[in-house]
Amino acid sequence: MPLRRPAVAAITALALAVLGAACSGDSTELTVYSGRTQDLVGPLLQRFEEETGTEVKVRYGDSAEVAGAVLEEGDRPRADVLLVQDAGNIGQVANAGRLVPLRRPVLEKVPAQFRSPEGLWVGLSGRARVVVYNTEKVPESELPPTVDGFTDPRWKGRLAWAPTNGSFQAFVTAFRVMEGEAAARKWLEGVEANDPREFPNNSAIVEAVGRGEVDAGFVNHYYLYRLRAEGRAGEAENKVFGNGDPGSLVNVSAAGVVKGTDRAADARRLVEFLLNDESQRYFAERTYEIPVVPTVQGGAGVPEITSLPPPEVDLAKLDDAKGTVDLLTRLGIL
Amino acid sequence: MAIPVRPGHLEDDLGVPPAGDEPPPSPLGRRRPRRRGRAAPLTVLAAVAVAALAVLPLVYLTIRASEVGVAEAADLAFTDRTLRLLLRSLGLAAAVTATAIAIGVPVGWLTARAELPGRRTLTVLTALPLAVPSYVAALAVIATFGPRGTIARWLGPLGVEELPELYGFPGAWLALSLSTFPYVTLTVRGALRRLDPALEEMSRSLGAGAWATFRRVTLPQLGPAVAAGGLLVALYTLADFGAVSLLRYDTFTRVIYVQYRGSLDRSSAAVLALVLAAVSLAVVTGEGRIRSRARQGSARSARLARPVPLGRWRLPAAAGLTLLVLAALAVPVATLVTWLVVGSREGVDLGATVRAAAHSAQAATGGALLAVLAAWPVALLADRHPGPLARWSERAAYAGYAVPGLVVALSLVFFGARVARPLYQTVWMLVFAYLVLFLPQGVGALRTTLGQVSPRLEEASRSLGVGRLRTAWRVLLPLVRPGAVAAFALVFLTAMKELPAALLLGPTGWDTLATRVWASTSEGFFARAAPAALLLMAVSSVPLAFLALRGDESTSHGRDRRRAGSRGAAGGADLRRGLRRRDLAPVSPLRPPPGSRPAGSATPSP
Repeated sequence: MPLRRPAVAAITALALAVLGAACSGDSTELTVYSGRTQDLVGPLLQRFEEETGTEVKVRYGDSAEVAGAVLEEGDRPRADVLLVQDAGNIGQVANAGRLVPLRRPVLEKVPAQFRSPEGLWVGLSGRARVVVYNTEKVPESELPPTVDGFTDPRWKGRLAWAPTNGSFQAFVTAFRVMEGEAAARKWLEGVEANDPREFPNNSAIVEAVGRGEVDAGFVNHYYLYRLRAEGRAGEAENKVFGNGDPGSLVNVSAAGVVKGTDRAADARRLVEFLLNDESQRYFAERTYEIPVVPTVQGGAGVPEITSLPPPEVDLAKLDDAKGTVDLLTRLGIL
Repeated sequence: MAIPVRPGHLEDDLGVPPAGDEPPPSPLGRRRPRRRGRAAPLTVLAAVAVAALAVLPLVYLTIRASEVGVAEAADLAFTDRTLRLLLRSLGLAAAVTATAIAIGVPVGWLTARAELPGRRTLTVLTALPLAVPSYVAALAVIATFGPRGTIARWLGPLGVEELPELYGFPGAWLALSLSTFPYVTLTVRGALRRLDPALEEMSRSLGAGAWATFRRVTLPQLGPAVAAGGLLVALYTLADFGAVSLLRYDTFTRVIYVQYRGSLDRSSAAVLALVLAAVSLAVVTGEGRIRSRARQGSARSARLARPVPLGRWRLPAAAGLTLLVLAALAVPVATLVTWLVVGSREGVDLGATVRAAAHSAQAATGGALLAVLAAWPVALLADRHPGPLARWSERAAYAGYAVPGLVVALSLVFFGARVARPLYQTVWMLVFAYLVLFLPQGVGALRTTLGQVSPRLEEASRSLGVGRLRTAWRVLLPLVRPGAVAAFALVFLTAMKELPAALLLGPTGWDTLATRVWASTSEGFFARAAPAALLLMAVSSVPLAFLALRGDESTSHGRDRRRAGSRGAAGGADLRRGLRRRDLAPVSPLRPPPGSRPAGSATPSP
């Protein structure tokens, strides 16, 4: 009967929906919300599955989005482990009381500045802020000794930055924490006066510098190595500042265990796994990041954590991203 | 049994005189019939339920926004900067909408009405830009028109040192115009195919030229369709983030994203998103005003117009369409193919990509079906029983479309984890998200078509004792089918490329083509994104091809027309067929004895 058909279809759909719902329930596998992409952490999580026999399901997304999802789920979480791109995001989730403390021995593998003081999250891999420059257009000797030098008018029209990018904002936050609000403001105004070209992300900057579209840009160290591997880095090279300059901030990707998980033991085991020597070597060699466990060697050509004395900044304080967004907004940069 | 029907006379034969309170129809059509008859309770109930679901994101935003004090919220919402960015957003939306209409109307007319070489192919190709995610469109525009792009390289040897600045307004305008004009093309095409060609023929027979006829007869009748398509374009532009961020044009949406991405400041972002929603509501209301003033075609017959020979304009028209296809489709595809060539060195995980394609198609199909189903009562109420309830349920339907996708996705995480826990993170949740996000596309397309179907056909059916549901199923649905198919295709296409909901609401570990494209491009590995992006466009072209080919000669109307042996009134044929089958049987006690014909039934004198 033609008239019945839509009714039958609707009832079938409803039945399927209920059936599907009944099947989903609370899962038996470990659920990870990852703000780092599959390219970066997928192979590691797979190795964890193979070694421990624990099934892992991963939801990939932007760091802020998955952190936002953990916050919105509130006390009815679906995630067991949260992995994010930088300390700021996970700091906000920790502040909202959505993470449980990790075990001391695990935390202590990592230098104190790369983990939460309350032990709510721990860094996994580091990245340094650097200035990428075009070797044909800028001789290394012309580069200033600190990032302050880029406020000089001779850099007018030659710089690139990505003010909407999380890493850039974390660097500004570090600047504010280290040198104070006024200094950060002065630096931003100085660079802004040089009309930097704005890019949506770091790799676009490295590519543009490699092609000579701009002379220098503020980025994370590893994009250069990744683009080089794809043959797209052109004449780009990294300048690492070191000597405690905010320009050499080392930020970390981080992990935490979500409060309310019924798989806390497995969740903690995963965080520990990500800090074992083999995983740390993976970060060094495959993603060109800096291992946060000091006993593990860095990758070829990648600056080592010991070679660049990073500024003494408490990454946990980098959770004041709101202040940074407000500052950038007030200055008309965002 | 085929009863020959004189074109266009069926309704008169059904003996339904124009209602007394209506002005007599003008030769160019009439004002929209304002029927105040009571709507079916089921329709009202369904429309209210749909509206309630559609405003969930606004409920969530209000909850979040109320976490900041009124004073602080006002501080956030009413600053110079907010105002400036709003104006920028509105300016961009106006420019993109105007361009989309300027492109979409002629393209819609050409593909629907003109004798063009390769018309069907061009129909599909001019609609396909909808399948290009706006961030891919933006990257393609940069790769082509950018300072180091293809065109700059071609022009370099000719002494052209610098192209006009692309970044900022020009680039955002170009990328968005090229990826949204098919919203107008598709709705205009649908409307054209439902217009009564008799009016145009009359105009021509009275001596008006083709152009004058188009301008004075056809165009005024397209008003509602153009307004509906333009509204989709305007709201899409207001809520877009991908293109404006890549092309560095600061809009209101970008500010909302900055609040989320930078500082996870959900309350401030909610205040700003509510401002955007309010502005969008104003745009929706404005569109309603335009539409209610527009003349509506009488659409007594749905017979197809004869293709218009273009004469010496044939080649320029075909060339123009080809150029458009090149700019809006070939450029992104060429960019993707370049990436594919670069990326294929690393190998392509074909299995995973195909699996993701199946996921995408599954979610988009479900979302499109549900959106069309849910749009039906809203569109029916809005068109047949205008009034405050109809107006507000239609406006509510636009709520999810008017705010950035991330906001909608997070709001459904909020409700999903709390209220709909068994559905949360299943395909059903994602399908539901697509309903909330893309309902307006369904409402717009259905409503435009409904407006062209004379209510008298339903009244005739009802007067013959056929129940409401059966009338809807047998009479209205076949007549509105082209609109429903168009609505399905629109939602399907948009859902295929949708990102934030796919990331946050689908089953964990269930990737779609859009999430695969995102995963690669977000880290700057564009080459790896190419296979998924190309497959995304290929899968999207399937319903489009279906739509374009079905919409042409092989429609059910076409079949009926052939069966009737004349250029018969397809609408009448549908009504007749609907009523003929298992006729009127169990419906009414007033049913006439078998064999006799009820008074006023479809027995036209040949």
